[in-house]
Amino acid sequence: MTLTAERSRTNPVRRIGKPDPAARSRGGQRFLLVGLVLASAYSLFPVWWLLVAATKDRTALYQSNGLWFSGWHFWSNLHQLFTYEDGIFLRWTANSFLYAGVGSLGGTLIALATGYGLARFQFPGRSLVFACVVGSFLVPIALLTLPLYLLFSKIGLVDTPWAMLIPCLVNPFSVYLAKVYTEATVPYELLEAARIDGAGELRIFFSIVLRMMTTGGATVFLLAFVNTWNAFFLPLTVLRGEENWTLNLGLYNWSGKRLESGVDLTGLVLTGALLSIVPMAVMMIAMRRYWRTGVTLGALK
Amino acid sequence: MVRSQRWKGAAFTVPFQLGFVFLYLIPIGYAVYQSLYRSHSFGLGLGGSTDEFSGLANYRQGLTDWAFLDSVLRVLVFACVQIPVMLLISLLLALSLDALTSRVAGRFRVLLLVPYMIPGVVAAIVWINLYSPDVGPLTPLGKAFGLTWNFFAPSMVWPSIGNLLTWHGIGYNMVIIYSALQGVPRELFEAARLDGASERRIALSIKVPFVRGALVLTGMLSIIQMLQIFNEPALFRNVTPQTVSDSFTPIMVIYNQAFNAGNYHYAAALSVLLALVLGVASFLFYRLTSKEAD
Repeated sequence: MTLTAERSRTNPVRRIGKPDPAARSRGGQRFLLVGLVLASAYSLFPVWWLLVAATKDRTALYQSNGLWFSGWHFWSNLHQLFTYEDGIFLRWTANSFLYAGVGSLGGTLIALATGYGLARFQFPGRSLVFACVVGSFLVPIALLTLPLYLLFSKIGLVDTPWAMLIPCLVNPFSVYLAKVYTEATVPYELLEAARIDGAGELRIFFSIVLRMMTTGGATVFLLAFVNTWNAFFLPLTVLRGEENWTLNLGLYNWSGKRLESGVDLTGLVLTGALLSIVPMAVMMIAMRRYWRTGVTLGALK
Repeated sequence: MVRSQRWKGAAFTVPFQLGFVFLYLIPIGYAVYQSLYRSHSFGLGLGGSTDEFSGLANYRQGLTDWAFLDSVLRVLVFACVQIPVMLLISLLLALSLDALTSRVAGRFRVLLLVPYMIPGVVAAIVWINLYSPDVGPLTPLGKAFGLTWNFFAPSMVWPSIGNLLTWHGIGYNMVIIYSALQGVPRELFEAARLDGASERRIALSIKVPFVRGALVLTGMLSIIQMLQIFNEPALFRNVTPQTVSDSFTPIMVIYNQAFNAGNYHYAAALSVLLALVLGVASFLFYRLTSKEAD
């Protein structure tokens, strides 16, 4: 691009007779705004439709205009959702929170320790560990999940919460992020100073490094939580009985009921789908600052 | 660094290393091992079965299994259309945001990121219902314009899934490209403007080459995800099993072999083959895109 700049610099005559750049860009800006408004409408209308659909009863869902309200049945929909099959939906919600919450917490702690070890220590095999981290990005999920299912079933873990929790503890992408964050936020000098003051390595990690990595740790946790909450293939494979299912699995099962057994649960599925967005939205908005850095970090690889 | 400190540093990575061995290396090794065996049942399957070493027979079968090869091809062709379209839209949106004041851009960015907050399964459920001729608003909308479209028809399933993936992905990809754009030195634009370059020219000749890295990265991630697509077709299969077969995508073929046909050995071989396809596709994509940059 420097080439282009140089080429046009040698030809300043072309500038003469051009329209005023400010006026030109005002017209252009209007054009851009129209494009962005259209794109935003495209992004938002499915969510709006879902919101509206969750307030309708069965007849209105099938017969009224989908993009506008028709009656207010949101509370009775919620009541139905929470009481259907003895409140199995609440059970799934609790499971999703358990797997995503506990799994990500453990996974984040392990990732932070690993990232710190990789970023601030030289030890034999360090580059091998890092190569494993990056290489694992390319491993297809089926290659891991199917043998994991077989191994878990040998030791009796299939269809227990452990089958979801244990895989969450090791997340190479979290390790990668934690390493990048440590490199950016934990200075060598500080670690040296702490060592000279006689602090042990564990103490340094828990009382200095972890505290400095609050932002990084929050991002790692957030992304891991979102990942686990959204997981589908792993729970589908390792969870059989519906009392251990996640929200995703439950909604998937309900949306297939119509063809499978003729029971139309569309209303429940839509209300449930709306509710399952809420924790994601709350988390992302509450942690917007951290999350933005996490998303952009992905680009810096 | 003191020698003992080094080992303490290594100790921080031990939990991960252990986990990696048990959750990555052993399962992958086990899959490779299983893929080299076949189970033979005796007594009409009543007397149980025994595993016999069969060498590369499962792989040979996989390479001539049209259900599997078709699914890989189907997904690759789809990827060649959907990913460029999605990245082009994301790039245009990022360039538009970049041309606006940061306050206005910030608002639009939040709006455009809303789909990214929606879990993939929920996004698929929402769009399937939008497409649905019973409850969705798109069918009456089409009728108003004299169109009778059926989003679940065989020729429409991929466009329908493509639209869903594009909707879900543009916000995230836009943010990555946009943040790469923020790294372009602003003086370059000033210099170009002084030299009479139009805004469009600046976008094409300065901004786009600058975000090439971000485009390669988002393209790579999209390819890796696309070859493993499972959730969306599985949910579509829920409502239209006649158009979305049980071997629609490679992962669906593998899942089906493992859990419906009960043929773990063959499923393991197919998973290894898919991993190879994934590696080759990523490598080719990387080589192609980095060669052009030279």
